[in-house]
Amino acid sequence: MTTTPATADDTTETILIVNGAPVRLAGDPTRPLLAVLREELGLVGTRFGCGQEQCGACMVLIDGEPVYSCSREIGALAGRSIVTVEGLGGGRGLHPLQQALLDEQAGQCGYCLSGMMISGAALLERNRRPSRREILDALDRHLCRCGVHNRVVRAVRRAGAAMDGLVDEGTA
Amino acid sequence: MIPNTLPQSLIDNPLLSDWIGFEPEGRVRVSTGKVEIGQGILTALVQIAAEELDVAPSRIRTVSGETSGGPNEGVTAGSTSVAMSGAAIRLACAEVRALFLAHGADRLGVPAESLVVEDGRLRRDGRDTGHDYWSLAAEIDLTRPATGGAPAKSPTQYRVVGTDLPRVDLPAKIEGRGFIHDMVAPDLVHARIVHRPWRDARLASLDEAAVRRAAGLPIEILREGDFAALLGEREFAVQRAALIAREKAVWEGGTPLPDDTNSPDWVLAQPSRTRVVDTGTPPEREDGEVVSATYWRPFQTYGSIGPSCALARFEDGQLTVWSHTQNPYALREQLARCLGLDGAVTVLHRQAAGCYGHNTADDAAFDAAFLATRRPGRTVRVLFTREDEFMAAPFGAAMVIGLRAVLGPDRRPASWTIDIASPVHSNRPGSHGHHGFRSREALPDPPPQPVIRNDNPDAAGGGATRNGYALYDLPFHRLIHRTVDPVPLRTSSLRGLGAYANIFAIESFMDELAEAAGADAVAYRLSLMSDPRARAVIEAAAEMCGWPGDAPRGEGRGLGLGFGRYKNRAAYMAVAAEVEVDEAVRLVRIWGAADCGLVITPDGAKNQLEGGIIQAASWALKEELRFADGKVATTNWDDYPILRFSEMPEIEIRLVGESRDPPLGVGEAAMGPTAAAIGNAVARALGTRIRALPLSRERIMAALLA
Ligand code: FES
Ligand code: FES
Repeated sequence: MTTTPATADDTTETILIVNGAPVRLAGDPTRPLLAVLREELGLVGTRFGCGQEQCGACMVLIDGEPVYSCSREIGALAGRSIVTVEGLGGGRGLHPLQQALLDEQAGQCGYCLSGMMISGAALLERNRRPSRREILDALDRHLCRCGVHNRVVRAVRRAGAAMDGLVDEGTA
Repeated sequence: MIPNTLPQSLIDNPLLSDWIGFEPEGRVRVSTGKVEIGQGILTALVQIAAEELDVAPSRIRTVSGETSGGPNEGVTAGSTSVAMSGAAIRLACAEVRALFLAHGADRLGVPAESLVVEDGRLRRDGRDTGHDYWSLAAEIDLTRPATGGAPAKSPTQYRVVGTDLPRVDLPAKIEGRGFIHDMVAPDLVHARIVHRPWRDARLASLDEAAVRRAAGLPIEILREGDFAALLGEREFAVQRAALIAREKAVWEGGTPLPDDTNSPDWVLAQPSRTRVVDTGTPPEREDGEVVSATYWRPFQTYGSIGPSCALARFEDGQLTVWSHTQNPYALREQLARCLGLDGAVTVLHRQAAGCYGHNTADDAAFDAAFLATRRPGRTVRVLFTREDEFMAAPFGAAMVIGLRAVLGPDRRPASWTIDIASPVHSNRPGSHGHHGFRSREALPDPPPQPVIRNDNPDAAGGGATRNGYALYDLPFHRLIHRTVDPVPLRTSSLRGLGAYANIFAIESFMDELAEAAGADAVAYRLSLMSDPRARAVIEAAAEMCGWPGDAPRGEGRGLGLGFGRYKNRAAYMAVAAEVEVDEAVRLVRIWGAADCGLVITPDGAKNQLEGGIIQAASWALKEELRFADGKVATTNWDDYPILRFSEMPEIEIRLVGESRDPPLGVGEAAMGPTAAAIGNAVARALGTRIRALPLSRERIMAALLA
């Protein structure tokens, strides 16, 4: 278990499950999850983009649902299970969506991708064969300024096919 | 074969060792002055080096934008990196390969021509000679000037160039690594700046107690002049403090901006200097039909998804700065000048979110550097807030563009005038002899502002005039350029500079002329275009979209086409767009045809062109800054929406160039043609033309009601 030092005179303690492992966090329960992940746990893959729930760069899974981490206070998340991009592959290498992003070369600067992978993976948990429209809707909270949207859509489809155990060249 | 005249980058950085080194474990160092800003440049340069050295791309480690070593190639901008750095690396690698072959031949007592290199090993008659680059490296001194004497490969010999090498930086990024934002140091101190809302604003008061309360943890408030910074051990506390400080800071004096700043009227009311450039022969008579129109592009912003970040450390009189600047050398020079640290500054480039023009990277670097000098021995990390990314960033310059043509009896323009009014398109560090750092102006004793600022000269591609010269066959062309200066805001480079709005205007106007001539818009363009490469992309885009389509004019659906050759010397591109318009514009589909000459990484070029189309579409449909209370009022993504997933059209790209032609920059090629294609498609769908960007819901509604 990782323990981080108290940050204030506050003696509150919050326990989160992060990428499968329990983490004990002392101090200020109002600090945002994103700050805890990046600053305290060294999980820097989750990105700060706006801090206002408007860009999706900071998306993480909380109990399987994509949630903005920039504004969530850890105190409200006690006992919940959090998955970041670092944990997406579940310790078994890359998640199929990560591999598909590489296969589709779905990235330019790549800053937006951590968040998109979270929402894309959550979609694929429910639906391995999403339509273009379903993918666009699932990713609509994510902004990308480089314009890799269509490539990410293709990658989500490709990953879904791979997860279905079907080799489907037609999605390329 | 590509001629071996020495490219400028090799003249400026002549030593082979500036570019290439052989490292342990079969690695090759390739250094470049150009930097990765999301465009994939490092991948293209790895391919070029691998090709000419005959080594596997995976052996190559790039060193990029580090002033402590490696070539100075100035700014990474203007779609010139492959042409500049690529040309230098190509020749330097070819020469290194030839040196090793000659040396190996000597050692073996065989003619050099009998040896080949395969993945770095010297081979002869299909057999390994026992020598390779690494075993011979100690015997060959690369600290010698390049001569350009070794032949580079001809495109027909290419095995790596022209193939789709996957992006070298992507694997780390999809695992959540690789950004400057992720750098840590044991002695990190986090900082935020309280930026001034407008030029020369004085910080009348700051409720420090409220700021400290908001932080929740101890923070330090550093004030000098009108500069204020918040520093602390924990980032979240400093961030909280920064958001409150923005609200609590009281500013007075200076030059608050009026609410109507983002309007043609305001721009035209500012002082300006005018020059006129005539090309061709004026017609003897000007009595033909006159067609004229005025177009508008507002102040817009680059809106990178990641806010700017920098780290700096000052120790023993030496300053080290980590930055995602586009120009590490200019940054070093201006930092040294502003901080009195001549010869003591090192700038190391590190990657950040995509860069689409002059952003706040250099400002963040100055902030971190300055604070580092105030906290020696600590590593200071500065991050911009999202709000400051909108408020304190350089503005993409607004443009008012008038076009006027006098038609001859053949309905072709006998006389053509473009009248461009715009503030300057460059205010980077070092431009106009000025440091260019926002915070330096807030500190005591700022160096004076330049008395005048001239725009980028036409010979360098122009700023406001970039692509102001229409490429069509025009017997007489008059360019009127009004440099709107001085203005009380910092305008600077946004992807494509003037090319975006000029191509939008020119290509909209071409459609208007075709209409006046009763001609098909594509046929009319082709009748005025003798450059075969331009014709080829226009014809390809028309074919891809099924031009002219079957939608009747003015009934809510339409195709449009736009063409441009970026800077009139980089890639050619034609874009076609299909739109549906009811109360707003919906992009149905976009097609792009580009001639980029030799393409190093075809998939990378397509990625850039697709991305350019999406960004340009977003500018064209949605984006404009608003001003209120003296400052930028659009300070978040809700206020300044950009094109989202749910609004994405499908996009198809075709590369139509020939690999025997030299590589032409692709990064900015799509911007203008896309805006024009959308504008023309919307005009067809609506049956009436909107000449002011963005083609927002409000403007569509107003046009429908008119
Ligand atoms: S950083 Fe959380 S949504 Fe932008
Ligand atoms: S790839 Fe750059 S923001 Fe999406």
